[in-house]
Amino acid sequence: MAETVLRAAEDGALPQIPVGDWIDTGFDWVTENFSPVFDVISAGTEAGVEGLRDALLFPPPVLFAVLLAVLGGVVRSVRFAVVSLLGLLLLISMRMWEPAMATLALVLVSAVIAVAIGIPIGIAAAKSDRVSAALRPVLDFMQTMPAFVYLVPAVTFFGIGLVPGVVTTIIFAMPPGVRLTELGIRQVDPELVEAGHAFGSPPGRILRGIQLPLALPTIMAGVNQVIMLALSMAVIAGLIGAAGLGGVVVTSISRLDVGLGFEGGLSVVILAIYLDRLTSAFGQRRGRLSGFPSFLSRGGSVGKGGLAASSRSADAVTPVGTDQNAPTESAR
Amino acid sequence: MPAVHAEGLFKVFGRRTAEAVDRLRDGASVAEVRDRGATPAVIDVSFTVEPGEIFVVMGLSGSGKSTLLRMLNGLLEVTAGTVHVGEAELTALDDKALRRLRQEQMSMVFQHFALFPHRSVLDNAAYALEVRGVDRATRRAKAQEALALVGLDQWADQKPGQLSGGMKQRVGLARALAADTDLLLMDEAFSALDPLIRREMQDQLLELQASLGKTIVFITHDLNEAMRLGDRIAIMRDGRVVQIGTPDQILEAPADDYVRQFLADVDRGRVFTARHVMVEAPTLVSPTAAPAQVLQAMQDHRSGSVLVGDGDGRVAGVATEDAVRAAVAAGAPSLAGLTLLPSVDVRATTTLSDLLAPAAQDEVPVTVVDDAGRLLGVVPRGAVLAALGGVPRPAPSISRAPADPVGATAVTTKEAVSG
Repeated sequence: MAETVLRAAEDGALPQIPVGDWIDTGFDWVTENFSPVFDVISAGTEAGVEGLRDALLFPPPVLFAVLLAVLGGVVRSVRFAVVSLLGLLLLISMRMWEPAMATLALVLVSAVIAVAIGIPIGIAAAKSDRVSAALRPVLDFMQTMPAFVYLVPAVTFFGIGLVPGVVTTIIFAMPPGVRLTELGIRQVDPELVEAGHAFGSPPGRILRGIQLPLALPTIMAGVNQVIMLALSMAVIAGLIGAAGLGGVVVTSISRLDVGLGFEGGLSVVILAIYLDRLTSAFGQRRGRLSGFPSFLSRGGSVGKGGLAASSRSADAVTPVGTDQNAPTESAR
Repeated sequence: MPAVHAEGLFKVFGRRTAEAVDRLRDGASVAEVRDRGATPAVIDVSFTVEPGEIFVVMGLSGSGKSTLLRMLNGLLEVTAGTVHVGEAELTALDDKALRRLRQEQMSMVFQHFALFPHRSVLDNAAYALEVRGVDRATRRAKAQEALALVGLDQWADQKPGQLSGGMKQRVGLARALAADTDLLLMDEAFSALDPLIRREMQDQLLELQASLGKTIVFITHDLNEAMRLGDRIAIMRDGRVVQIGTPDQILEAPADDYVRQFLADVDRGRVFTARHVMVEAPTLVSPTAAPAQVLQAMQDHRSGSVLVGDGDGRVAGVATEDAVRAAVAAGAPSLAGLTLLPSVDVRATTTLSDLLAPAAQDEVPVTVVDDAGRLLGVVPRGAVLAALGGVPRPAPSISRAPADPVGATAVTTKEAVSG
């Protein structure tokens, strides 16, 4: 019985659906009718990425590496600054600085665009269950469709080079930005949002004053993921002619040059680790810096609180929640 | 003009809510309506809250009390019925007008405090004013005042995460007080606090209320708390109001077995305070009064002692009959030189169980004074036992109008016992 059904299917009892043909036709139509639009996007993106790359390459590499390390030291730790300086110097001595900066430019531009689109979409999804439900399969599609599949239509729209690289990178990297923004906002204690409403706050003010600040760590984790995915995609974009470390890796593959491939790959890893640690530190930064002054002022006010306790506050005892900050703060 | 007036309020969740309301109005049971996919949370609730009153809504979880509260400020839309706040018909307002009403006329205190963890205590307290558009300097000054009212002014620069539960809720209270709205909605405001802190907060709320005179709608599941705080109490069960009345009315005449069951758990000694049992304060005897006249007045009233004032509404001490008689015998011109017994002072918020010890001594009457030490009333000794035993509150006629030349009305222990 089952066999007959299977055979019937093979024989064409189930009609073949020409999804591929439809897609082809659709893309042809879009290409024909919207090519001026694509040209404008193309020119703008290219100017942006190349301008940024030139800017990144403008200072002497060693000086810029030191600056990046100092930035790391400021937002994270001295140890991170030292390690990242060593890594960046290795990049320079492997003669990978120029492609690395090209990749960095591509990643930054793509990530900024992905975040700029992703966060508002995430906010919309957090506000409306319907938007959220409609968005979920789209995001799944964007994330799980094999990345190489994007490359082809991107090339048909924008031609070979940097721009299709940026576009595919944006598509691939955006979903975590959307998802984590939605998650972060939905995780904000509903009673806090209710408090905002109860005091007559308009929705926009609640979003800016309560929901976004409290969702910020989660949103920053999303931004971090966007950057990391952008970096991984930027290398794949090397296949369609985007310059940078991706190009280096592609060249090494075509030449079967193991050494060059390893140098390119190692450079990607160094860049990735630096960007990851830097952006995740930004996500925690708010808590760390705001904890510090209150830790300092605590010494003074506990004394006063102690006096007040005798009059009224029997519960004016140990302030909770600061203790775990104490060791890290004093270590700085 | 009532502060809040709710008329025929319904809140039904789920499907076909309007139909469910019609069916409930026609007398359908909750179970019937629920079978059709609608979940009624509040059913045909009407009440009026007068200005300056603490109106407590008491009910177990799931009785619809929090839903009811949220309809009073429009956080939840009513399914049917009307809510008036002051002159405005809240249920008829659009979003913008509703926000204005919330900003200007009502504030709320939440069960789990709902403080903004990323803002300082001061900025939390200033939130309502900030939303209203008050400039920074003014709102910070007002928030600081509100924090001082709840005794937390030194903590203004801290983050809420650094405070204990009781302190957090004081910030929540300060945030509502800083808004300076006439109406305060308190949603199980003290339920998340441990018992000691809860009592302390209740006392503080009563103290604040005595000086601020807000209109408060207070939600609780704790009947003891309801009895302690409430001028009037509405008891809710399964979405309906079972009984509305003063604590005394409810204690005296529970509407049904459900309420009676609750009352079994009421600890009268902790629920009732000196405020409930005190009688009108007698006029204080001036220290310059002539001893002979005072003695005459005491004998007229068969009183064993008399309260001597300090001329400023405070009690200087108690003169016993023997002491006054001695003064008369010595020919003293006034009571000024008399050795007075110290008065036994309690506060209006002192509970009956704490009143037992002061009331047990029989030399001087127990006097109820306010923060400044001014006399509010006296507690007839028998009244404490009577209230504990469930006897209705003594009639005010116990304290007599002043009828003598020195203006002294002595309330004595003897008299109180006989009364």
